[in-house]
Amino acid sequence: MTEAQSNGYKSGSRLERILRDGHFAVTGELGPPQSSNGDVIREKAKILLGYCDAANITDNQTAIVRMSSVGAGTIVVQEGLEPIIQMTCRDRNRLAMQSDLMGAYALGMRNVLCLTGDHQSFGNHPTAKNVHDLDSLQLLQMMVGMRDEKLFQCGDEIKGIEPRFFLGAAANPFGDPFEYRPYRLAKKVEAGADFIQTQLIYNVPRFEEYMEKVHDLGLHEKTYILAGVGPLKSPGMAKYMRDQVPGLDVPDEIVDRMTTATKGIDKEDKKARREAWRSEGIQITIELIQKLRDIEGVCGVHVMAIEWEEAVKPIVEGAGLMPRPEVTALPAASTETGE
Amino acid sequence: MIIAEQKPLDEIKGLIADAENVLVVGCGTCVTVCFAGGEKEAGILATSLRMTSKLDDAPKEVTHTTVQRQCEWEYIDPLADEISAADVVVSIGCGIGVQAIAERFPDAIVVPGLNTTFLGMPTEQGVWEERCAACGECILGLTCGICPIARCAKQLLNGPCGGSQDGICEIDPDTLCAWQLIYDRLKAQDRLHLLTEIQPAKNWSSSRDGGPRRITREDLRLEAEAAE
Ligand code: SF4
Ligand code: SF4
Repeated sequence: MTEAQSNGYKSGSRLERILRDGHFAVTGELGPPQSSNGDVIREKAKILLGYCDAANITDNQTAIVRMSSVGAGTIVVQEGLEPIIQMTCRDRNRLAMQSDLMGAYALGMRNVLCLTGDHQSFGNHPTAKNVHDLDSLQLLQMMVGMRDEKLFQCGDEIKGIEPRFFLGAAANPFGDPFEYRPYRLAKKVEAGADFIQTQLIYNVPRFEEYMEKVHDLGLHEKTYILAGVGPLKSPGMAKYMRDQVPGLDVPDEIVDRMTTATKGIDKEDKKARREAWRSEGIQITIELIQKLRDIEGVCGVHVMAIEWEEAVKPIVEGAGLMPRPEVTALPAASTETGE
Repeated sequence: MIIAEQKPLDEIKGLIADAENVLVVGCGTCVTVCFAGGEKEAGILATSLRMTSKLDDAPKEVTHTTVQRQCEWEYIDPLADEISAADVVVSIGCGIGVQAIAERFPDAIVVPGLNTTFLGMPTEQGVWEERCAACGECILGLTCGICPIARCAKQLLNGPCGGSQDGICEIDPDTLCAWQLIYDRLKAQDRLHLLTEIQPAKNWSSSRDGGPRRITREDLRLEAEAAE
C-alpha cells in the first residue's frame, strides 16, 4: 500500500485538500505560449499565484500547437503554483498518455483534467491526423486504474511508484442533447472523476435546471463540481460566443450589458471604451460567481481568463473569495515517497 | 459500397505525362453506382485526355475499357493484351482495383484516376455519406445502428462531446452529430439505458491499427491452395 493511500487522499494535491476541507475552491487557467519561452509561463504563474488554488495548464487548446501542458506544468510547479494538467485524447494514444502522465507525476504534478479535445479542424494544423484511441471517459478509467489498482491500461502491474492524480473531467451543461448531459456527467463520475469543471456559464437559470437533474442523480455528492466562468472582453466577443461557439449559451441580456457599458464614452476614445468593456466583463463575472455559489453542489469556480490572467485578481477579490485558504498539511508520510 | 470521386484532370494529366499509349480501365461495380469510374466515366475521361493532349501539342493514343469487377483476378485477366500495349494504365476503379491490376501485371505502370473516399451510401440523389470505417469489431448493436466510429468526428464511444449543438457536429454545419442521432433513436425506442453503460477502451487491433488485415476461411479454400 502506498503512503498516499494510507493518508486518505487520492493524490493529496492542494486542490483536493481544499475541496475536502469544504472550502469554496478557485481554479484558474494558464495557456502555454506558442513557443519555447518559459518566461511567459513564469509571468502568468506569478499573476495567478495566491488568487487561485490551482491552475489548468491547457493542452494544445483549440487545436493550436503550444508548449506541452506537462512541460509548462513543470515550470508552474517551480513557481509554487499548483497545476492541473489538461490532457486531450486528440493528440495521444494510450501509450503516450500513460508515459506522459507518469512523467508529470515524477515532476510533481498532482491533478489531471481528462478531455476529449477540440477537433483539429479548428486549429492551425487542420491537415493533421487525430488519435482518439481512448475517449475522455476511458482516459479517466485508465488513470483511476493506474492510481487505485497500480495497473497499466493493458492490465500489467506497475512495479514501483504509481502516478496518483486527483482526476478531473469537463462537463458542458449547455451542449446537446440537453437532457442527456446529466447522464453523461454521471458516466464521468462513475468512470472516476474526482472533480468536474464546467464549460463557461452565462445562463444561470439554464445551469440551475441542469443542476436539479444532477441533484436527482445524487452526483453532487460523489464529485466536486466547479462552475466555469470567464470575463468577456468586448461586445464583439460576447456576440461571437453567443452565435459562433458550439456548446455555449450567452443570453442576450449579457450581450446587451457589454454593449451598453460604453454609454456616454466618446467613440474615438478607444482606450476608455476598452477599459469600460473590461470592467463590465469583470463585474458580470463577479455577479455570476455570487449566483453560482448559492447553487447546491457547486463547490468552487473555474475562472477562465485566457490571455487575460490579470482579470483573475479583481474577479476573485470582487467575489469575496480572498484570501485563499491555507490547506491542511498532509500527514507526515508525504505522497512523494510512493510505495 | 465503396465511394470514390475522380481526381482533377490536371493531376491525371501529370500522372500520364510521359506516356503515348494510355489505357483507361473502369470498373462496373461500386464506382459505377457512385458515378465515378464506370463505363460512362471511362469513356469521358479517355476523350478528355485525348483532347487535352492534342491541345497541348502532344497527342496521345487513349483507349478505354471497363470490367465488371476490377478487384478480382478473373475479371482483369482478360485485359492482359490491352495492358501490355499501353505505356500507362489509368485505373478508375477504387484503390483496390488499382492494386489488383498492379499486382496481376507486374510490368504495367498503373496510376489511379480516382480518389477512393469512404464506405458509404447515397442519402439522396447526388449526395453520398460515410457509414462504416471497417473497424473490424462492429458495435452497431450498442448504438442502435448508427456508427460513432465512422460518423462521429472524434470516434467517441461514450456519448457526445461538448460541441454538439442543435443536432450538428462542431466541425461543420453540414455534418450531423452522430451522438445526437444515436440519442434520438434510443430515446424513441425507449432504450436510453444503453447510453448509461460505460464502453471500455476499444480494441483497435482488429482495425487498421493492427496492420493490414486478412481473413482466411478454411472451409472455403480449395484443397490445393489450402495445402500450400
Ligand atoms: S462499428 Fe466498426 S464495423 Fe461497425 S459500422 Fe462502425 S466502423 Fe463499421
Ligand atoms: S459534435 Fe457529435 S459527432 Fe461531432 S465530434 Fe462531437 S460527439 Fe462527435
